[in-house]
Amino acid sequence: MKSFLDSWGLTLATFLPVVGVAIMLVIPKAEEQLHKVVALVTSLAVGVMGVLLFTNFAYTASPRYPQGSGDFQFVIDKAWITFINSHYHLALDGISLPLLALTMLVVPLCIIYSWNHFPEPHNPKAFLILVLILETGMIGTFLAEDLILFFVFFELVLFPMYFLIGIWGGEQRQYASIKFFLYTLFGSALMIVSFLALYFLAPVSIDGQVVHTFDMQLLSVGARTLSTTAGILIFGGMFMGFGIKVPIFPFHTWLPDAHTQAPTVGSVILAAVLLKLGTYGFVRIAVPILPVAARTWAPYIGALAVIGIIYGALCCLAQTDMKRLIAFSSVAHMGYVMLGIASLTTFGINAAVFGMVAHGLITGMLFFLAGSVKERYHTLEIKRLGGMLTSMPHLGWILGITTMASLGLPGLAGFWGEFPAILSAWQANVANVGLFRGYMVVAAIGTVLAAGYLLWLYQRAAFGTPPEEFANDSHLHDVTVLEWVAWLPMLVGIVVLGFFPNLIFKVTDPAVITHVISHVVPVGD
Amino acid sequence: MGQPFMLTHVWIVPGLMVVSFLLILFFGKRFSERVTSGIGIFFIGLCFVLSCTAAVNWIQRINHPVPNLSAAQSLVTQPDGRPAPIAGQSDADAVIGAYRGPAEASADNAVKTGETPTTEAGTTETTPTEVGTTESTTTEHEAKASPIVSRWTWFQWGDVTFEFGFIADGLSVLVLFTVTAISLLVHIYSKEYLHDDVRFTHYYAFLSLFSAAMLFYVTSSNTIQMLTGWELVGVCSFVLIGHWWEDQNNADAALKAFLTNRVGDVGLIIGVVITFFAAGATSFNVLHINQYALSPAANQTLLLVGALCLFGGVTSKSGQFPLHTWLPDAMAGPTPVSALIHAATMVVAGVYLIARLYSVFYEGLNIGDNWVNYVAVIGGITIVGGALLAFVQTDIKKVLAYSTISQLGYMVMALGVGAWTGAIFHLFTHAFFKACLFLGAGSMSHAAHHTFDMRKMGGLRKYMPSTFWTFILGTIALMGIFPLAGFWSKDEVLAGSLSGQGHAYTFMLVLGLVGAVMTCLYMSRVIYLTFFGEYRGHGIPHESSKVMTIPLWVLGGGAVFLGLVNLPNAWKLGNVDYTTRFEHFVEPTFAFPAINHAEFNIWLALGTTALAAIAIFLAYQYLWKAKSVFLGLKDRVGALAWGYQVLENKYYLDHLYTDIIVGGVKGPLARGSNWFNNQVIDRVVNTAAAASVATGRVVYTQVDQKVVDGIVLSTGAGAEESGEALRHIQTGRVQQYAALLFAGLLVLTAILVFFV
Repeated sequence: MKSFLDSWGLTLATFLPVVGVAIMLVIPKAEEQLHKVVALVTSLAVGVMGVLLFTNFAYTASPRYPQGSGDFQFVIDKAWITFINSHYHLALDGISLPLLALTMLVVPLCIIYSWNHFPEPHNPKAFLILVLILETGMIGTFLAEDLILFFVFFELVLFPMYFLIGIWGGEQRQYASIKFFLYTLFGSALMIVSFLALYFLAPVSIDGQVVHTFDMQLLSVGARTLSTTAGILIFGGMFMGFGIKVPIFPFHTWLPDAHTQAPTVGSVILAAVLLKLGTYGFVRIAVPILPVAARTWAPYIGALAVIGIIYGALCCLAQTDMKRLIAFSSVAHMGYVMLGIASLTTFGINAAVFGMVAHGLITGMLFFLAGSVKERYHTLEIKRLGGMLTSMPHLGWILGITTMASLGLPGLAGFWGEFPAILSAWQANVANVGLFRGYMVVAAIGTVLAAGYLLWLYQRAAFGTPPEEFANDSHLHDVTVLEWVAWLPMLVGIVVLGFFPNLIFKVTDPAVITHVISHVVPVGD
Repeated sequence: MGQPFMLTHVWIVPGLMVVSFLLILFFGKRFSERVTSGIGIFFIGLCFVLSCTAAVNWIQRINHPVPNLSAAQSLVTQPDGRPAPIAGQSDADAVIGAYRGPAEASADNAVKTGETPTTEAGTTETTPTEVGTTESTTTEHEAKASPIVSRWTWFQWGDVTFEFGFIADGLSVLVLFTVTAISLLVHIYSKEYLHDDVRFTHYYAFLSLFSAAMLFYVTSSNTIQMLTGWELVGVCSFVLIGHWWEDQNNADAALKAFLTNRVGDVGLIIGVVITFFAAGATSFNVLHINQYALSPAANQTLLLVGALCLFGGVTSKSGQFPLHTWLPDAMAGPTPVSALIHAATMVVAGVYLIARLYSVFYEGLNIGDNWVNYVAVIGGITIVGGALLAFVQTDIKKVLAYSTISQLGYMVMALGVGAWTGAIFHLFTHAFFKACLFLGAGSMSHAAHHTFDMRKMGGLRKYMPSTFWTFILGTIALMGIFPLAGFWSKDEVLAGSLSGQGHAYTFMLVLGLVGAVMTCLYMSRVIYLTFFGEYRGHGIPHESSKVMTIPLWVLGGGAVFLGLVNLPNAWKLGNVDYTTRFEHFVEPTFAFPAINHAEFNIWLALGTTALAAIAIFLAYQYLWKAKSVFLGLKDRVGALAWGYQVLENKYYLDHLYTDIIVGGVKGPLARGSNWFNNQVIDRVVNTAAAASVATGRVVYTQVDQKVVDGIVLSTGAGAEESGEALRHIQTGRVQQYAALLFAGLLVLTAILVFFV
C-alpha cells in the first residue's frame, strides 16, 4: 500500500476527477441520474484516495521523514517538459494537507447539495463535468512543486469557474464571469513573468552543474543570489497574481460580482477553495523563494490586509443583498489571513493556514445558506427576510451558528484563524515592529465591525416575525435531508476545529517551520 | 497522587453542564416541561454538590498542607522558560499536580523576552524590595498549599506546545460554589416563572450552556481558555436577552449587549496578546503570567499597557463606566436570567479576570505605591454614576440593573485599591442578595400582571409576604446595614480604601461613602413604590408559588448570614479560627502580590452605619411622610432640573453610541465605503477596460488593418484560437474585456513605481 501510494497516490488524487469526466462525456446528456451518480462516486473516490493518503501520511518524525509533516511525502518527480527543465513534481506536506482535505470535502458536498436543484439552464452533465475539472485544478495546485505545473493547474481552475458563473449564474452573469476571468488572468500574466524571471535569473547548481529550473524547492535556495531589486520586482509580479486571487484590497472588485452572480455551488467552491489558491501561493511560493523581498513587501501587504479588514467590513454594513454581504465579508476575513502571512512568523503563517481552512468551511457554509434562502424566498434582499427562526427554526439556528463562527467566536473554527493572526502582528518578523502593532490594533477593531455586520444580518433575517408576503408560502420549508447531508460535515468541522485546533496546527506547524520560516532570516541578522 | 479528586478533576463541573445542554437541546422537545427542567435542575444540583466537595477539599488542603511533591508530579516550568513536556500523553490523559514554578524560572523567561533590556531603567525603585517580600511570602505560602492545575496538550505553534487546563484554587472554588448555588436556585425558580413559555426547552438548554460556559471560564488555567469562556457566556447572554426575539426591542437589546461587549473585547484580546509576549511568549498560563509580573525583570510599561487593555474587557463585561450602557437594556431578558447572568455571575467575569491576573494589575498600575489609579477611579465613578441613574428609573429591574453596575463599581474599585479579599468577598455576598432582589422583582411582576413598572405596583406587602420579607432582607444587605452580608463586604472594601497599600486611597473612600448613601436612598424608593401605599395595577396580586418563594428564602438567608464567613479579626473571640477566612482560604497562594489587609475600623463602621441611618430617615420623611425640604427641589433649583434631565437621558451616552457612533459607521461611513468601492475602485477597473477596448479599436483599424496585417496574423493565431472558444459563449464581448489585461499592466506599473 505504502509503495503504491508513494508512486501513484498523488497522481490518482489529482486526476481521478478527469477519469470521471471522461466517463461522463460518453454518457448521453439525458441520463441525468447516471451523471449525478458518476460525478458523486468520482468525487467520493477522490475522497477515499485522500483518506488513504492522510492515514498513511507521517505526521510525526520517523526515520524516513525526520521532520514528520514538515517533510514532503508521496513525492513524484518526473521530467516533464525537458526543454525548459520543467518537472511533473507533486508532493504533500503539512501546509498542503489541510487544504487538500478541505477541497476533497467540499466538492462531494457541493455535488450532493445540487442533486435536486441545478440552477437554470439545468444540464447536470455539463455542470458536474465542470465541477470535476475544477477539482482536478484545485488539487493539482495544492500539490504542485514545479512552477510551470503550478501555473497550469492554477489556470485550469479558471475555465470551469468561468463557465459556471457565465452559464448558470444570475442576471449579470456575463459581466461577472468575464470580469472574474480577465482580472484573474491579468494577475496570472504577471505571475508567469515572475516565474520566468526566476527561471532565468536564479540558476541553481546541482552537482557542480549550473541549471535553470522551475522547481520550487531548488529555487528557494537558488533565488538567494538574486539582487534585491530583482527580488522585489519578481515578488511584485507574484503579489499581483496571488493578490488578485485572494483578493487583497484594492484588487477585490471582481469578487462581489462573481459571488453574487455565481450559482450556489460556484460561490461555495469559490469561497471555500479558490480564494485559498492565492494565499497558498504566498505561503508556498512567494515567501519561501523570496524571503528578503517578502520582508520589504510585508509592511505594504500588512497595510492592505488591515485596510481590507476594515474596508470589507464597512462595505458589508452597506449591503442590502445577503450574498453580496457575505462576499464582502470574505475580503475582510482574507485580510486576517494576509496579516498573518505578512507577519512572517510561525504564529502568523500557522494562523494563515488555519484561517484558510476555517474561512473555507465557514464562508462556504454561509454561501450554502444563502443559496437555500434564495431558493425559498426567491430573494436575498435582507429587509424582505425576517423571522426565519419562527418559520424555519433549523435553518435559523444553523445560520446563527455559522455567523457566530464567522465573527470569530472562540470555541468555533473562525477564532483560530483570527486570534493568532492578531497575536502574530505584535512581534512581526519585520524591520518596523511598531507599525505591525498598529496593524494589530486595527485588526482587533475589525472584530467589532465583523460582529456588527454579521449580527445585524442575523437580526434582520432570523429575529422578528416572518414578513407577511411569506406568511403562508409553502416554499418556506425547513432544512431538507439533502441539505443536512451536505451541511453536517461542515458544521461538525467548524465546531470540532474550534475545540481541537491542534488537528490542524499539529500538521501545519512543522511544515511552516521547515518550508517557510527556515527561509526567513530573523530581523537583525 | 494524594490530591483530592474534585480538585484534580474540576473540569467535571462544566462538563456536566455541557451534557445537560446537549440532552435538553436534542431531546428536550420530546419531553414535558417537567422532565426538561428536571434534567437541568438535576445536573446543576449535581454540580453544586461537586462544587461543595471541591470547596471542602480545598479547605482541607489549606488546613493540612501536602508536603512538597516530587518533581515528576509537579508541573514544573523549566528554567529555559518552556513549559515542561507534557508527559503521559501516551498512557494517562493528563498530568496533574501542583503548579510550582521555581522563582528563577520567571526571571529567565523575562530575560528571554527581548523586551527586558530596558526594564531596569523602567522599573520603579521600590520594586526590588517588594518582589523580595513577595517571593518570601510565596515560598511560605507554597509550603501551605498551591493551586492544582490539570492540563493537556491543546495546540502547538512554532514547536512550542500550549496547554488546555483547569485550575483549582481558593478563588476558582469559591466562584464555582457561588455560580452553581445561584444557578441551581434560578433553575428551580424558572420552572414556575417560565411555565408555558413558547421556548421553554430553548430557555433551559441555554441556561445549562451558560452555566457550563461560566464554570469553564472560572476554572480556566490560561488566558485563551478564559477568552473562550468569556465569549461563550456573552453568546448565551445574547441568546437569553433575546429570548423573546419576536419583539424588536428585545432583539435590539441583545445585539447591543453583544456589540458593546465586543468593543471591550478588543482590549481584552490585545491584553491577552501583550501579557503573552511580555511573559516570554511560551505560555498563556495565568500563573506563569502572574509569576512574570512579580519577577524583578518584569517590564512595568508592558504590564501597565497590558493591564489597561485587559481592563477594556472588564469595562464592558462588568458594566463599568462608560461601557455600562448595555446592562440596563439587557433587562429585556427573562428575570431569572437577569438574576443569574446580569447580576450574580456573568457580569462579575470582569472582576474575576482582574482577580485572576492580579499580579499584572498590581504591578502594572503600581497599586501598592499609589494613591490613585485608573482602575480605582473607574470603579469609583461607576459606583456614583450608576447609583445616580438608579434614582430616575420607573422600571424596577432597571433600578436593580443600575444598582448592579454601582456594586460592580465597588468590586472594581476594591481591586484598584489593593483590597483583593474585599472585592471577592463583595462579589460573593452581592451574588446572593442581588439575585434575591431580582428574583423578588420577578415574583412581583408575576403577581402584578407582568409589569415591571413600579408606578403600577404599590401595596404589595399585603399580598405577597414572602416576597416582601425576602426583598427587605436583600435590600438591607444591599444597603450595607449591620449585621447583614453587605455590611461586612462593603465595609471591607471601604476599609481597604481607607488604609490603602502605601497610601490611603482617600478619593475612592469618599466615592464609596457617597455611593453607600445613595444606595440607601434609591432602595428606599423602590421599597416605598412597590410594597407600600395602595396597589395601582390591574387585577389582584397574589403570592407566587413555593417553587418561587423557596429560592427567595434561601437567597434571603444568604443575604443575612453569608457575611459571617469572613468576619474581620477585630471580631475574634477566643481561639477559634473563624475570622478573615477569605484571606486564609480564598486568596491565591502562588504568584500573588504581598498586599496589606485592611483592619476593621470601628469609626468607619460606625460612620457608614450612621450615614445609612440618616439616609433612610431622610427617605422615610420624603416618601412616607411626604414632608421634607427636598420635596419639589428640582422644580425650584434650575441646575437640579437640568441634572435630572441629564440623568433621564442616561448622560446622553446611548445617544452618543447609538446615534452618533453606530449610526455614523452604519450610515455615512459604510455607505461612503460602498460608494467608493463602486464608483472609484470598480470604475477604475471598468474604465481601464473601456479605454483598452478603445485603444484596441484604434490600433486595429488604423495600425493593424492598414500597416502590419500580415505580421500580426502569424503571431496572433494562438490568442485568436482561445478567443474563439470564449466567443461562443460571450459572443464577442471577450475582445472588449481582454483589454483589461492591458489596463492592468498600466496599474501594475504605477504600483511598482510607487512601492519600489
